[in-house]
Amino acid sequence: MDVSFLLNGETVELSGVDPTHTLLDWLRRTAGLTGTKEGCNEGDCGACTVMVREPDRAVSLNACILFLPQLNGKSVWTVEGAAAGPDLHPVQQALVDYHGSQCGFCTPGFVMAMVSAHVNGDTAHDDALAGNLCRCTGYAPIIRAAEAAAQDPVPPHLAETSTAPSAAPSPHAPRSSDELAAIYAEQPDATLVAGATDVGLWVNKALRDLDPVIFLSGCTDLRQIKSVGDSLRIGAMADMNAVRDAVTPLFASYGEMIRRYASVQVRNAATIGGNIANGSPIGDNPPALIALDAVLHLRKGDTRRSLPIEDFFIDYGKQDRAPGEFVEAVSIPHQPDRLKCYKLSKRFDQDISAVLGCFNVRVEDGHVAYARIAFGGMAATPKRAAQVEAALWGQPWTEATIRAAQAHFPTDFAPIDDMRASAVYRLGTAQAMLQRYFAEDAGLASSVLEVSA
Amino acid sequence: MSVTKPLPHDSAPLHVTGAARYVDDTPLPAGALHLAFGLSTIAHGEITGLDLDPVRAMPGVVAVLTAADLPFANDVSPSAHDEPLLADGTVHYVGQPVFLVVATSHLAARKAVRAAVVTYRELDALLTIDAALAADSRFEEGPRIYEKGDAAAAIAAGSHIIEDTFELGGQEHFYLEGQAALALPQEGGDMMVCSSTQHPTEIQHKVAEALGVPMHGVRVETRRMGGGFGGKESQGNALAVACAVAARLTGRACAMRYDRDDDMIITGKRHDFRITYKAGFNADGRITGVDFVHYTRCGWAQDLSLPVADRAMLHADNAYLLPAARIESHRLRTNTQSATAYRGFGGPQGMVGIERIMDHAAHVLGIDPVEIRQRNFYRPPQDSSSKKHLAKQEVTTDLQPNTTPYGMEVEDFELHDMTQTLLASSEYAARRVAVAEWNAANPILKKGLGFSPVKFGISFTLTHLNQAGALVHVYQDGSIHLNHGGTEMGQGLNQKVAQVAAARFGVQLEAVRITATDTAKVPNTSATAASSGSDLNGMAVKAACDTIRDRMAAYLAERHQVAPGSVVFQDGAVQVGAANYSFAEAAQAVYEGRVSLSATGFYKTPKIKWDRIKGQGRPFFYFAYGCALTEVVIDTLTGEYRILRADILHDAGASLNPALDIGQVEGGYVQGAGWLTSEELVWDDAGRLRTYAPSTYKIPACSDRPDVFNVALWDGQNREETIYRSKAVGEPPFMLGISAWLALSDAVSACGSAYPSLNAPATAEEVWHGVRRINDGI
Repeated sequence: MDVSFLLNGETVELSGVDPTHTLLDWLRRTAGLTGTKEGCNEGDCGACTVMVREPDRAVSLNACILFLPQLNGKSVWTVEGAAAGPDLHPVQQALVDYHGSQCGFCTPGFVMAMVSAHVNGDTAHDDALAGNLCRCTGYAPIIRAAEAAAQDPVPPHLAETSTAPSAAPSPHAPRSSDELAAIYAEQPDATLVAGATDVGLWVNKALRDLDPVIFLSGCTDLRQIKSVGDSLRIGAMADMNAVRDAVTPLFASYGEMIRRYASVQVRNAATIGGNIANGSPIGDNPPALIALDAVLHLRKGDTRRSLPIEDFFIDYGKQDRAPGEFVEAVSIPHQPDRLKCYKLSKRFDQDISAVLGCFNVRVEDGHVAYARIAFGGMAATPKRAAQVEAALWGQPWTEATIRAAQAHFPTDFAPIDDMRASAVYRLGTAQAMLQRYFAEDAGLASSVLEVSA
Repeated sequence: MSVTKPLPHDSAPLHVTGAARYVDDTPLPAGALHLAFGLSTIAHGEITGLDLDPVRAMPGVVAVLTAADLPFANDVSPSAHDEPLLADGTVHYVGQPVFLVVATSHLAARKAVRAAVVTYRELDALLTIDAALAADSRFEEGPRIYEKGDAAAAIAAGSHIIEDTFELGGQEHFYLEGQAALALPQEGGDMMVCSSTQHPTEIQHKVAEALGVPMHGVRVETRRMGGGFGGKESQGNALAVACAVAARLTGRACAMRYDRDDDMIITGKRHDFRITYKAGFNADGRITGVDFVHYTRCGWAQDLSLPVADRAMLHADNAYLLPAARIESHRLRTNTQSATAYRGFGGPQGMVGIERIMDHAAHVLGIDPVEIRQRNFYRPPQDSSSKKHLAKQEVTTDLQPNTTPYGMEVEDFELHDMTQTLLASSEYAARRVAVAEWNAANPILKKGLGFSPVKFGISFTLTHLNQAGALVHVYQDGSIHLNHGGTEMGQGLNQKVAQVAAARFGVQLEAVRITATDTAKVPNTSATAASSGSDLNGMAVKAACDTIRDRMAAYLAERHQVAPGSVVFQDGAVQVGAANYSFAEAAQAVYEGRVSLSATGFYKTPKIKWDRIKGQGRPFFYFAYGCALTEVVIDTLTGEYRILRADILHDAGASLNPALDIGQVEGGYVQGAGWLTSEELVWDDAGRLRTYAPSTYKIPACSDRPDVFNVALWDGQNREETIYRSKAVGEPPFMLGISAWLALSDAVSACGSAYPSLNAPATAEEVWHGVRRINDGI
């Protein structure tokens, strides 16, 4: 494929690019820019963080799971471009002044994550840096540096966006969902690449050769998020930060869960469509969407169909998706915000859920008038707690009802032991989450994230 | 003077611009090749078939090597010659290198590896402590035992006896820069190796053996590591040797770096332990005696396991005067990664044992956990201001010798005053009350406080390693260039050493340049380990600088007919009687006077001598101290928790650089807390490590640091004559993280009356189990 983009303000034009050549490998091996580091090669450490400068914002991304064609027409900045000549960027200078680097290997990634947050005026430093691991400093001096630099102006070279070269047309980079539908129907064996946060691992870790590949980043119409009728319709290509922004006012707990979903770099790339379509039993969107009674929209060629999202997940690795069919959007019905999403993992930030419980229970006149409860990490697919729901419907909203409903979890779920959690813990905490939902409803403090010393 | 200044890391401007160069950033010569290992997929077995033709047929493959293809030694062990570079017929763990692919790119080598067809005859694999014990599979002939007095009788004499067993997990280093090496063939069969290693001399040694050349035929250079933490003390040997052998065979430069998954699957980690204990206490909280059994899972090869297990035994007392003690250590051989050095080198594991006992005893006796610790502290030195604290002890203590279980007198015990200071600054007493009140008001969430002291022994326990060399040049323009044997892994060693050199010559720091550690500059170095870097190398550099300074003074004194001792090197100038030279002018004059401006320096640590078999003597020059108070909150429904606050007071002696030292303390604490909380290594029943990437192995992230993080250095100086009376600081703060584990236990104990008996790491799941252990009603 042919690819052109701006790199630190200079035009780069490449032809005959291997579609799964990563930006990180190209920077280090071909461009000779070795400031960007490889720490894990799977998007979990942030050492390879780069910035894509869009007209209205800066987007930090992990270069290790970013394929060159995804950059077509973009303006990319690496650590080598953060400073303006001898003048260090404010975050660079602050990192020096506040002793924010020790071994220095994670530092370029931190710099670019901080530069991106700085451009965006984002001062939620812990969230902005949740995707950057440091093993030396304990993070405290890095946060001091971020705070110290926050009020400094954005350097001119990063304050404005240059016009990036226009993307070279390619049959493997459709520019609309209509084009995609046509191409994919013709090549149903192609691998669709949206954000590559999962496919990147197929390439880097499983060492798979993917051919053909269809890049979806040009299908901007699939990024739309809008209210349609009585629903919020989210296009499949909406990235997870956009989804977070859209759902937070409607379902605050869903938004808070997405705050802890991977990292800002991964959320900037990852799409809601990808998180649904890959069918993972531990994807974090599906349980929330099932609990919200969302509807999935699929398209193949010119044929569209919709189904309740829970019906999409048939079994482990098996979804109700025909060859050549793709996820177009998901619709969440507008409803009272009774949703709570409880994400349980070994680490709060940037960790895959051991258990994700999503509870949507409405109480009228002291009785349960509606209950949809869904879990990730408890079965081979994202799955509803049907028996638990049944034990709640119509019952008085009391501790006795909760206790009775908890007894039905083993009927709904038989979770497994793995490196994230034991079956006993999964089942026990799933039950405990129902208790937490009830306790929160009664106003009891139940989140350690809201406690201070 | 340049020492004691809080200067930034010397490489900080390079770090933040991406200009700091690591091994894999080195521009490669044309035709350079890249390597990858093919790994064993079973935990124990004989290789019955090794079909590598499909590998050779893969794109970009230049050569494929097995053990039979190695020209000389097939060994990368740092100790017992029991660790072949490539498996020699038998595999001993999942992840053991079996063959080596040499290809035109890193990716080509990795892809080619997967084409191999290897068959095995599987043998029984010993994966657990229990399995190894049952099979009597161990290093050394039997358990090592250190004893002080009659522990059994002393325990029995206590009015309360506590006993328990707990599991203490290992830890992946997770240096951000994975293992990496590069070999560049030189003329005449010599080899140049760039390695991300804490131990260039060992790399040189192993490469020389593998190439069948004397050590003078191999030169090793280490500019910096992207983190080490002990994981690059011996674990870099395999990559460096593989590169050197492949470079010799192909005549081309050869580079190797592990993909992160391979790195975590191949390399050793911190030793996991099971610790069984029994201790006697009097009603006033004084310990009467203690019996420990350490079961240590060493993995398949010996590596550094013996001194690691020794150091665990040597820290079984931590800060407490044990009237009688028995420590039994089993070094078990298992079919898992060969556990290796990791910050603290067994010390943390030993220390967790006695801190667990103090915590358990405080719970049983109903004594405040800080109070019971203070009652059992070693006595302070006679000249200390701590007499007021001593009085409290003398009520219950006869004046038994202030000695460790291994017979070393503790002469520098700083923790009485440090503890008092920390308790005051952290408002411990008031917060203890506040936490109890908060817990009474909150049915679901519970807070906890944990205090732990650190007394960490400084010196390599293998006594001959306590030596260092340096090479210092003063150029005729007054600029100073130096090398020492230590390596830079982020700790700021070069900056500290440069500060020493600048102070000795009375010049600005900018006049001093330290370049990459190089075995051709300073030979026979010890690993940069055991926190020894600035102690040993600072002193060696000081000796070299003083040699040159004395020569300069002698020459200039004679020229001006003053006494050499009256020449003053200060503020970039040299004052010789009435004459005043800039340092550059002085250097020029001395050079023209045909006086050598280059010198080596050497240092060996005094006073240390011990018998590791008997466990008797003085293994340590001195002790470094610290204490920490951590506050946590747990969710009793799910076991989730957060560290809310940590207050730390740490003893770095007269700090050479307070900014760098505080950096070690902050980072050490978070890493130590990570070890005991979220960092869980999980192997399956087939011996496969399931947590082999950051997606599944969770080191602390940004928001896991304490919300409130108060770190201060103790305003003291080393009682021993170290470099500017500073103290080693690399490892000791790691163990301050134990306070987080104790705080979690304290929070869990708010849920019932029994002792929680937490294992480590105390993941959310372990905390959840702890809550249920002591309160089935929840």
